Amino acid sequence: MPKARVYVTLKKSVFDPQGRTIHEALRSLGYEGVADVRQGKFFEVDLGPMPAERARETVEEIARRVLSNPVIESYRVEVEP
Amino acid sequence: MGVVVFPGSNCDHDTEHVLGEVCGHDVRMVWHKDSDLSDLDAVVLPGGFAYGDYLRTGAIARFSPVMKAVGEFARRGCPVLGICNGFQVLQEAGLLPGAMLRNRGVKFLSLPVHVRVERADTPATTGLAPGTVLTMPIAHGEGNFYAAPEEIERLEGEGQVVFRYTTKDGRLDPDANVNGSANAIAGVCNAARNVVGLMPHPERASEAELGSAGGRLVFEALARAATRVAV
Repeated sequence: MPKARVYVTLKKSVFDPQGRTIHEALRSLGYEGVADVRQGKFFEVDLGPMPAERARETVEEIARRVLSNPVIESYRVEVEP
Repeated sequence: MGVVVFPGSNCDHDTEHVLGEVCGHDVRMVWHKDSDLSDLDAVVLPGGFAYGDYLRTGAIARFSPVMKAVGEFARRGCPVLGICNGFQVLQEAGLLPGAMLRNRGVKFLSLPVHVRVERADTPATTGLAPGTVLTMPIAHGEGNFYAAPEEIERLEGEGQVVFRYTTKDGRLDPDANVNGSANAIAGVCNAARNVVGLMPHPERASEAELGSAGGRLVFEALARAATRVAV
């Protein structure tokens, strides 16, 4: 039963207003050493009884077509057999 | 004319009201599972929160059956107008450039803004003089227009920027660009110039009783463009 994890993050070149707000909040809480915060999304995808290599291909496709928007986001996929 | 209704659209009836009651056109609602647009001269994707804006604004709605039909409608050169969430759906569908980031100040913004018409050669601005300033409300959390710098340069070069946030007298001002959009972009069109999206809500500013009737000009422009295609 392969399980996949998909991480979707804003591209480095894209300003992240939420990350900025969290970063400012952390500084006001005294975490002066925090240099930056970027917010992203995390998905767990259960692929049921799917062969591992097909699972990776499928999740890559899902991440590219649906879970991320290529204009602003990039993604990373991890598949657990 | 058709007004597309997704689950979670909430400006669909306001848009129908303005197109039908205020402007006097034949309007029908188009359910998101419909895929026949052959009787229509123009299609409007209204504002709201299609599919609850889950995942990203417009990200689920773009896979609705109607969006395949809207894509074909657009490829035939027919006018398509996306308002607010409808704009975001068109971006997700790849029918309009760019993407929306969270507003610069993170907050949901609901307030009247001034936008300057940049181009008259689109269905939303036919017959409007460039430089005309329209006052319309915005109501969005994700309206901060983004595209990569080289893409912004291309859009500007091709004249695909249709509306820009300005002051009341049409001047660019960082304070007028309330959501932080790149180049103060409030509306764009596709390369073929028949698909237009804008973040402000013309349907909420189409009758003087509502404080501004400037939005009506957008629907009247759309009607003129629709007639032109139909003829």
